[in-house]
Order: sequence, then C-alpha cells, then structure tokens
Amino acid sequence: MKIAIPIEEKNIETNVCPSFGRTPYFLIYNTDTKESEFIDNSAAESSGGAGIKAAQIIVDKEADVLLTPRLGSNAADTLKAAEIEIYKTKSGSAKDNIDAFIAGELSVLKEIHAGFHGQGR
Amino acid sequence: MKIAVLSGKGGAGKTLVSVNLAAVEQESAYIDCDIEEPNGYLFFKPKDVSVEEISVKIPVVDNELSNGCRKCVEFCNYNALAFIKDKLLIFDEICHSCGGCVLLCPEKALTEKDKVIGKVEKGASEQVTVYTGILNIGEASGIPIIDNLIEKSRSSDQLTVIDCPPGSACSVIESIKDADYCILVAEPTLFGVHNLNMVYELVKLFNKPFGAVLNKCLDGENPAKEFCIEKGIKILAKIPFDNDLGMLTSNAEIAARKSDRFKDLFSDLLDMVKKEAQNEAVTKS
Repeated sequence: MKIAIPIEEKNIETNVCPSFGRTPYFLIYNTDTKESEFIDNSAAESSGGAGIKAAQIIVDKEADVLLTPRLGSNAADTLKAAEIEIYKTKSGSAKDNIDAFIAGELSVLKEIHAGFHGQGR
Repeated sequence: MKIAVLSGKGGAGKTLVSVNLAAVEQESAYIDCDIEEPNGYLFFKPKDVSVEEISVKIPVVDNELSNGCRKCVEFCNYNALAFIKDKLLIFDEICHSCGGCVLLCPEKALTEKDKVIGKVEKGASEQVTVYTGILNIGEASGIPIIDNLIEKSRSSDQLTVIDCPPGSACSVIESIKDADYCILVAEPTLFGVHNLNMVYELVKLFNKPFGAVLNKCLDGENPAKEFCIEKGIKILAKIPFDNDLGMLTSNAEIAARKSDRFKDLFSDLLDMVKKEAQNEAVTKS
C-alpha cells in the first residue's frame, strides 16, 4: 500500500505540511517495501487550482491513502474520483503519522473546506 | 463621451456621482459595472426592463473519444482539468473559458457548452438609459458581463457614465477601457487617500485623462485634498458632508432631480469634466 503525505522537508522525520495543494513536497511511503519516496509538488507554484493539480500528482503516483491535516473541496473531489482514502493527521512528524495510520489510530478526514480560491466566500 | 467613475474602496461615492451626472445630462446612459453589488438601479428605478443572460463557454468531455493524452490537463494554466481513472474531470468554477483545451484536443473529445454567469438589465429612467450588470453569486469572474456592458455603450454617441466596481483590479481595468475621462472619487480620510492612490496609479498606467472629486468634505483638514495637491491632480468638485444630500441618497433619491442646489453642483461638475476632457483631447492631438 502507498501512503501520500504533504511534508515540509525531504525526510521522514519532518513535519506534516498544513497545506495540501501548496505543500513543497510529498512523501510517498510504500508499506510493503518500507521505502520512502520524496517528490516535489509542482502544483505549489500554481496561480490557482493547486489542490486539483496536487491531487493529480498523488493519483499518478498510485497512492492508495492520503494523510493530511486538511483538504479543499476540489482536491477532495479529485481524490475521491480516484478512490483514494483520506485520513486526518495529528501532531507529530510524517513518520509518527505513518505509524499511527498503520496502528489504526487515525480517523477519516471528514471536514472538507471550501478551498481558498473563493477567499472567504 | 464616456466618463468612468472610480474609487479604490466601496462607499466613497461612485454611485452618488455617477447617477447624478447621468441625471443632469438628462439624455444619457448609465452603466453599472459594479456587477457584484450593483446599486445604481435603486436610484434610477428603471422601467420597461429587458433582461439578457450572459454566459461563458466551458468544456465538456466525451470520455469515449478521449485517448488519455492529457494535453488539456497540462495546458490548463488554472488546473481546471484532471485525468483520473481514464476519465477527464472538469472543474467548471475554476475554468476561465479560454477554450485552449478544446483547440488542443487531438481526438476532438472536448466541446463547449454555455454556462450562465449572470445577466444584463436594460431599462429607462426618464431619459436615462440604465444598464445594470449582475453577476450570479458564487461566480469567480464577471469580466464577460462588463465586456457585454461596454460593448453595448459603443453604439451610442450619448454621454455615458460608467459606474465602476471598487478597487483597481481586472474588473475596473475592463470598465475603464473605453473611457474618455476618469473621475476618481475620494473620501477625506487617510484610508481614502490610500485607496485614491490605487486608482490614481491605475489611470496613469492606462494613460487616461482624469480628475478627482472630493466627497464628504468637512471643514478642516482633508488628506485626500492634500494628496491631490501634492500629486498635481485636478480637483473637479467638492461634495459637502451634507445632511440633505445624505437624506436624499439614503432614501434612494437622485439628489440632482430633487434639489436645485445639487442639480447645480453636479451640472457644474459635468461641465468641468467635459471641458477637461476636451482640453485633454486637444493636447493629445
């Protein structure tokens, strides 16, 4: 199984990034091989629609699960179309959250925000 | 002649100035480009209103025809498209209607459909033709509505007053593109000066002849006036902070139609603008 996480730096002990669409990097962790892959998020520089583009990147990496503190509606729609499961991270590093997910301690992300494209709409 | 009325913030007096200028000219056109919150019609109460829906083109996909090349996904600068599980997802509200995806698709899997984003109303108030642009709530951009409004004013030789949206963004740029003269309406506060500076920089950038109207003037210091003097901006008129004017306006009355005092004030302003615009035209040619 492949787990995707938005992260602030390219190592497994780094913090989870509070933004999904504009995170600088993603960690793709393979639970079968225990390998970590760090990828640049080319969506971060988008003028708009960053969440959709970031979701496309996650989908193309064939992730099965996304761990994120929050998510906008367009990104959520894209990930749901790809049947990717979305779980809410808790405090701690990317590694802590992977361990927590494997231990079944993370809950499904339920609150999807409207996105920041409307700027307060 | 087309006069655009701008201010960097809402509530400075754009609509007050606009409706009164159109009213004193009598045979004129008033165009409300403040499409997110149009309010000129509240004053004019136009009759015989006709409505035209305004739509934009957005893509629709035939997934049977798509070969999954993703040229459209990569092309879209707004990321309005995603390709998931052999299907193209289209985010209508992100799309800016450029049509690029449809042009690029090698399989002709993309076509366009109309999406209504708002409307333009046209009516009459005495001899003023009143145009109102209205953007539907939730739509990201009303530029196509402003385009339609400006296009309508092109066929007329009448004096046209364009009531702009607040600020200095794309929608204002679109609203002033045909204007022969720009009136910057300012409040006598520091915040007012900041906002006046925004529209001042905008009209300079577009080389539009312009002058300022100082609204809500009281005795004593007026930072907006000081700014105008410092920058050499022509002060076209000073509108007093006046109880009668406030009362008429609060009751959605057009002051120039109700009171000779305000009729004179706005007639003088209109004469001044016409003279200034003519001078500019002479200087330029």
